[in-house]
Amino acid sequence: MSALFDNLQVLFQGLALGSIYALVALGFVLIIRATNVVNFAQGDFAMLGAYAIVTFLVGLQLPYVVSIILALLVMAVFGMLFNLGVYYPLRNRSFLPVIISTLGASIFLQNTVLAVFGPQPKPLDKILNIDGIQVGGVFLDSQYLVILVVTLFAVAFQYFFFEHTLLGKKLQATSQDKDMARLLGIPVATMIAITFIYSAALGGLAGILVAPILFVSIGLGSIIALKAFAATIIGGFGDVTGAIVGGLLLGVIESFAAYYISVPYKDAYAFLALFLFLLLRPQGIFGERVSEKA
Amino acid sequence: MKAEELKAPSAGASQGKLIALLVLGALIPLLPFLIPVSQYTLNIFMNAVTYAVAVLGMVVVLGYTGQINLAQAAFFGIGAYSVALGTVGWGLSFWMAAGSGIVAAGLAGLVLGLTTLRLGGHYLAMITISFQQIFDLILVNWVEVTHGPDGIAGIPRPSVFGFVLADDRFYLLFCVAVLYACIAFVWWLPSTRLGRAMRAVRENELAAEVVGVHTLRTKVFAFTLSAMLGGIAGALYAAGFAYISPDNSSFARSIEFLTMVLLGGVQSPFGGAMGTVLLILLPEWLRFLKQIYLAIYGLAVILIMVFLPEGIWGLVRGGWRKLVPERVPPRRSVPPLDFDAGRVADGKPIMRITGLQKHFGGLRAVDGIDLEVARGSVHALIGPNGSGKTTSLNVVNGIYSPTGGQIVFEGVDVTAMKPHQRAGLGMGRTFQNIRLFQSLSALENVMVGAQRDNNPIPGGRRGLEDRALAALDFVGMGENVHMLVKNMPYGHQRMVEIARTLAGHPSLLLLDEPGAGLNQTEKQELVALLLRLRGHGLTIFLIDHDMGVVEKVSDRITVLNFGKKIAEGAPAEVLRQPDVIAAYLGEAPVHGPA
Repeated sequence: MSALFDNLQVLFQGLALGSIYALVALGFVLIIRATNVVNFAQGDFAMLGAYAIVTFLVGLQLPYVVSIILALLVMAVFGMLFNLGVYYPLRNRSFLPVIISTLGASIFLQNTVLAVFGPQPKPLDKILNIDGIQVGGVFLDSQYLVILVVTLFAVAFQYFFFEHTLLGKKLQATSQDKDMARLLGIPVATMIAITFIYSAALGGLAGILVAPILFVSIGLGSIIALKAFAATIIGGFGDVTGAIVGGLLLGVIESFAAYYISVPYKDAYAFLALFLFLLLRPQGIFGERVSEKA
Repeated sequence: MKAEELKAPSAGASQGKLIALLVLGALIPLLPFLIPVSQYTLNIFMNAVTYAVAVLGMVVVLGYTGQINLAQAAFFGIGAYSVALGTVGWGLSFWMAAGSGIVAAGLAGLVLGLTTLRLGGHYLAMITISFQQIFDLILVNWVEVTHGPDGIAGIPRPSVFGFVLADDRFYLLFCVAVLYACIAFVWWLPSTRLGRAMRAVRENELAAEVVGVHTLRTKVFAFTLSAMLGGIAGALYAAGFAYISPDNSSFARSIEFLTMVLLGGVQSPFGGAMGTVLLILLPEWLRFLKQIYLAIYGLAVILIMVFLPEGIWGLVRGGWRKLVPERVPPRRSVPPLDFDAGRVADGKPIMRITGLQKHFGGLRAVDGIDLEVARGSVHALIGPNGSGKTTSLNVVNGIYSPTGGQIVFEGVDVTAMKPHQRAGLGMGRTFQNIRLFQSLSALENVMVGAQRDNNPIPGGRRGLEDRALAALDFVGMGENVHMLVKNMPYGHQRMVEIARTLAGHPSLLLLDEPGAGLNQTEKQELVALLLRLRGHGLTIFLIDHDMGVVEKVSDRITVLNFGKKIAEGAPAEVLRQPDVIAAYLGEAPVHGPA
């Protein structure tokens, strides 16, 4: 019986962790679809979100809700600046300069934050005042519950936004065929800017949610981003459902492997899963084999 | 005249420059023997020289081949730890340990490359980062073997012919010699078959595959070479500093290597070496930035990408070229292009397509086509927009794999073959929207076409060049062969693309709308060229919209509509069939306004 509870406990943790990967992975996928480029600073969006909430909540002593809203606003503005500084000047070049540029941005952001906030990791209170609830033999940590619920809402919001609003449809059109979208009068540059803003806010949200569980440090984002990217490949490159499923799956795999095999190599399991997928099913769970059009 | 053409006029001058360069290069590492230099300075230079070797690997993989490698520090680490563990742990000689380290780095690169390189850029970036992270985790956590974060100390120096390089000045001399050898290799590489294939992959992977480059193998070679250079660098570093720790092969170090190569110039070994020396020396000069030097690196990477895509070396070379215009070597005259070698005339069809299908989801772009192309004929495939012409061509040469059906070419079932294998059997192709290797010269573009498999050309590089020049002559592009194709007008680019295919001595030439985008004069020249090719007995299978062109050159026409064959025969009869006219003019069936 207790073994069952232990497994449920691990599963619960894995799903919560996986939700964070899924949120960051969603940001990845949106930018991939809009620009055909992987944003290597996606994880640093989460890192910045976490530092923003630390600044507002701990530094300025603002209430939690206000801090979250302000942090998300900061991230939205940052997303716009990121687009202008890192992507826009290179939009007409091939993908290689762009991903190198986002990589440079990632290094720049991490080390700038390091210079400003120092190397000391910062702890953060949970969003809810209670520690968690006990259901049978399983302890449900309140922050993990918050992560699961917020992720659910974020995914539902995104579905509604993309499928049932005009702006969402314009964004979809942009991601599918930029030239055609342009001919139809859709301002493509603006749509891409919106994608970056939304994606930065989403990454920031992941950082805000995960901050109370992990200490806030400059490396917070990179390891999440690597796993989120692994999630997008496992789910199917550029596929929205795939990003969510891949993220959750990876979180669960990682939690169980850490529990049953060994903790120090916790971060390696995700990559092993990734290698296996690349070898056996490179198009991912939901992906189709794509070939370049001649 | 001919004798002059064959002899480069100023070979003496360039030889003089080369000798000056060599003397200068030899003098630099000898300087510490002549003037007193502090230990600290020697260390900085040892650092720069060993890193430069790793950065040369980045030139090969990123600069030449256009593939990203964010694990160069891990390959560096494999070399370094092999030397450390081999000499300190197992008592091997430096040479044994370094040799196995370089092989191990190469093997790691090979395995990583084989698993990921067929998937392309983004995957490679992420996988190399992942590999780098796992490598780090292992170095730190597998304490019994790697000594964990403490690292390994007391690594001995190698000996050369019984002389131990204990003196730092001698060891630096040794490292510089290795660096020069590596620079020479990397500098020589682009003019080899492999080097040309690498650059073709970088410029246009699909086109490279279609003209016969084994693109996967080329990328894996490049990646392996790059990893081996990383291993050499690590081995030199470990013995040089006698100590190695996980910090030496961290992700941050990989980013440093990347920044070095981007700053110096990714396309040239000299640029890579220059970038390394600059970035090693800069932090020494800008000591006050020590805290945030990585932030500056990050910013520098973005700024280089935006403002200086070819790095400092590109800038220097560009400025130099403005002052001293490049001397174009006079081209030699070559015998005309040979069409007859190995030509078969058995009267059998050269290609037989049966029941060919290609579906995209629910869309039946090609829906069961049977077709035979007679040897020595010009066969045109026509049809309205969206009738499946280009899709058919893409299936025929292997860019798409068919949903059903069979393609037999020269008696071989090629249905499951990759495009480069089909090119190796003699299937050549051009593209509707020209796909040349933009940053290569016309001559190099055509040489890539000439070097396909099963196209025996005697005489090595010179033979390939002759073949390419002959092909360029044939299409009337025999002048300015050293011009980069991106600087050529559209019509000329189209001709160079045809020449690239012809140089591969194809038995079947697939032309995808060769007339698209050409003006009337250029179209007339194209028709004349096609008729000349037909006169030489070359089999041509072409798509075009211009009925004037099609009618003038074709022996036989196949008409497609909605992925199906609706007519076939001689041009005069086919083009007058009512259902063909209906398909083009849209009389029946009616599909509403377009």
